[in-house]
Amino acid sequence: MTQTQVPDSYGRFGAFGGRYVPETLMNALLELEEAYNRYKNDPEFLAEIRYLLKQYAGRPSPLYYAERLTQHLGGAKIYLKREDLNHTGSHKINNAIGQAVLAKRMGKTKVIAETGAGQHGVASATVAALLGLECKVFMGEEDTKRQQLNVFRMKLLGSEVIPVTSGSRTLKDACNETLRYWVSHVDDTYYILGSVTGPHPYPMMVRDFQRIIGVETKEQILEAEGRLPDVIVAAVGGGSNAMGIFHDFIPDASVRLIGVEAAGRGVDTEQHAATMTKGRPGVFQGSMSYVLQDEGGQVQEAHSISAGLDYPGIGPEHSYLKDSARAEYVPATDREALDALKLLSVQEGIIPALESSHAIAHAIKLAPTLPKDSLLVVCLSGRGDKDVEAIMPYFEGETK
Amino acid sequence: MSLNQTNLIDAAFAELKEKGETALIPFMTMGDPDLGTSVELIKAAEAAGASMIELGVPYSDPLADGPVIQRASERALKNRISLLDCMKVASEARRQGVKMPFILFTYFNPVLQMGLEKFFDLMREHDFSGAIIPDLPLEEDEEVRGLAEKTGVHLIPLVAPTSEARVERIAARARGFVYCVSSLGVTGVRSSFHSGLDQFLATVRKAASVPICVGFGVSSREQAESLADKCDGVIVGSAIVRKVEESLPLLQDGDADKRRQGVEEVKTFITELKPRAVRS
Repeated sequence: MTQTQVPDSYGRFGAFGGRYVPETLMNALLELEEAYNRYKNDPEFLAEIRYLLKQYAGRPSPLYYAERLTQHLGGAKIYLKREDLNHTGSHKINNAIGQAVLAKRMGKTKVIAETGAGQHGVASATVAALLGLECKVFMGEEDTKRQQLNVFRMKLLGSEVIPVTSGSRTLKDACNETLRYWVSHVDDTYYILGSVTGPHPYPMMVRDFQRIIGVETKEQILEAEGRLPDVIVAAVGGGSNAMGIFHDFIPDASVRLIGVEAAGRGVDTEQHAATMTKGRPGVFQGSMSYVLQDEGGQVQEAHSISAGLDYPGIGPEHSYLKDSARAEYVPATDREALDALKLLSVQEGIIPALESSHAIAHAIKLAPTLPKDSLLVVCLSGRGDKDVEAIMPYFEGETK
Repeated sequence: MSLNQTNLIDAAFAELKEKGETALIPFMTMGDPDLGTSVELIKAAEAAGASMIELGVPYSDPLADGPVIQRASERALKNRISLLDCMKVASEARRQGVKMPFILFTYFNPVLQMGLEKFFDLMREHDFSGAIIPDLPLEEDEEVRGLAEKTGVHLIPLVAPTSEARVERIAARARGFVYCVSSLGVTGVRSSFHSGLDQFLATVRKAASVPICVGFGVSSREQAESLADKCDGVIVGSAIVRKVEESLPLLQDGDADKRRQGVEEVKTFITELKPRAVRS
């Protein structure tokens, strides 16, 4: 089996993936898989998604040559894939549109979603409004405080935001609670899962809806430079923007794929979300993948300044790419992300999301080490407006 | 336990059948509030009429569980209770004279991290007769099932009202009993079951060659009795765990008499759950 033919019919990416869920959810997942397989090649279904991505979300997103940043770093030519310019401000809309259109086809009238930073919650609330679906978003109570603006946006869009008070009150617990709610409401409710995580078919389906990022990037870089990039860098929490930009490049062996995970206060502290660097394979939230866990298999709490990366798991296909050495995974700390956010703001007039700032942080380290004629693409997965309030304390005294 | 010995679960159901009784199967989270109390509560459950008992391993992300068992898990994890600790509780209870079969209820990841072979070796060593792994559906259970069969530990599957076409496949390979989920959702106390429960149980009964038991949401004697003639056993989890939670001030008291009183309260609660109905 080649790397582009995964997963198999059990949702397995090599040793990873699968469907480790209570029997109460199995039928819903099988129904979803069947519906997705029925529609994924249906011209009308695809045309509807294509139309909404273009006319509603504003695709294609530009591939922008960051000339001043490139000169500042003095190495590889840096291109930014501008997912921050999509409607709702991140790549999350790509998947939300795909799944909401599918939900409608399946005859579901209600949708639910989990959210960390609020970007997927906002994207889900948006498409729910667009397609006339009732929407509930589960969000860790801790995150509702960190991302108040997004909470308000979701409510403004007509969705209900349900604060989750179990566990660490962040993204992982929001996911648990959404799955629990779904078990009780499978008849009329569709779960719009926001990343390439969870039980089959979600990792495959979300990847398929996000792979447009890489497909466009390939076309655009070929047009701009006449060749493929040397390196692609993207932030990974669950890993949907990274999988989206990586996927079309997987067969192109010359393209280095680098996922950047959140090292929080450092991978040698206990406060990080560096799943690949510090985790090991296990079963978490429905699939086998790398997980931050203790000796006994209890899942550990993650930490990142970025709510969207504050997650102790990662999508199974990323684990597969790591173990087959097709992609590399490296950490970036809170501080490095903040510095990157600042640098991109002053060099390019673009305020990136804290999540995307981790990818920028790695590009800042990597670009100067590469020849000037090499091409480095960074997935700028979201814009930073939502984070401005949260990061103000870190920059006090610096921006006067 | 030797391999050619009859599994205690099978023996218990054979005896119940002879007496025309329905099994009462309590569930308790191990290490809530501490391991010593868990041993006392297991003894109390047997004295209260339990036919067998599910010992729950606390887990950080209990997907199938509602708030009551989530809270119990969190309490136990504060004491860093491990899978092995939970097994040791069982063998200690056995040492102190408990005769009923033990069933381990655990999410899959702790088992995976321990190593599957080691897990089953330890299951035998600590005298467990069955295992319930709620997040291991039939598509994922091949290796575990093989080891369970080899070691004589019954892998007890869950079947849900939504399982539909899967019921037959699940029931056909079940060992020990089939765990029928009474209603959609997570574990927890509820006032009503799934509307199609009777038909669901009839379907499972037809497909299964082992006893069938009902759980998720059974919380009163009335509910237990209403189920008694439709199944071979009722599983009561959250209601008992909530009773333990209510009794925590006593169970954690510095005074041994107070602690005994706490155990006694839980015992009375379980005694009152036991269905009176006798099947013909």
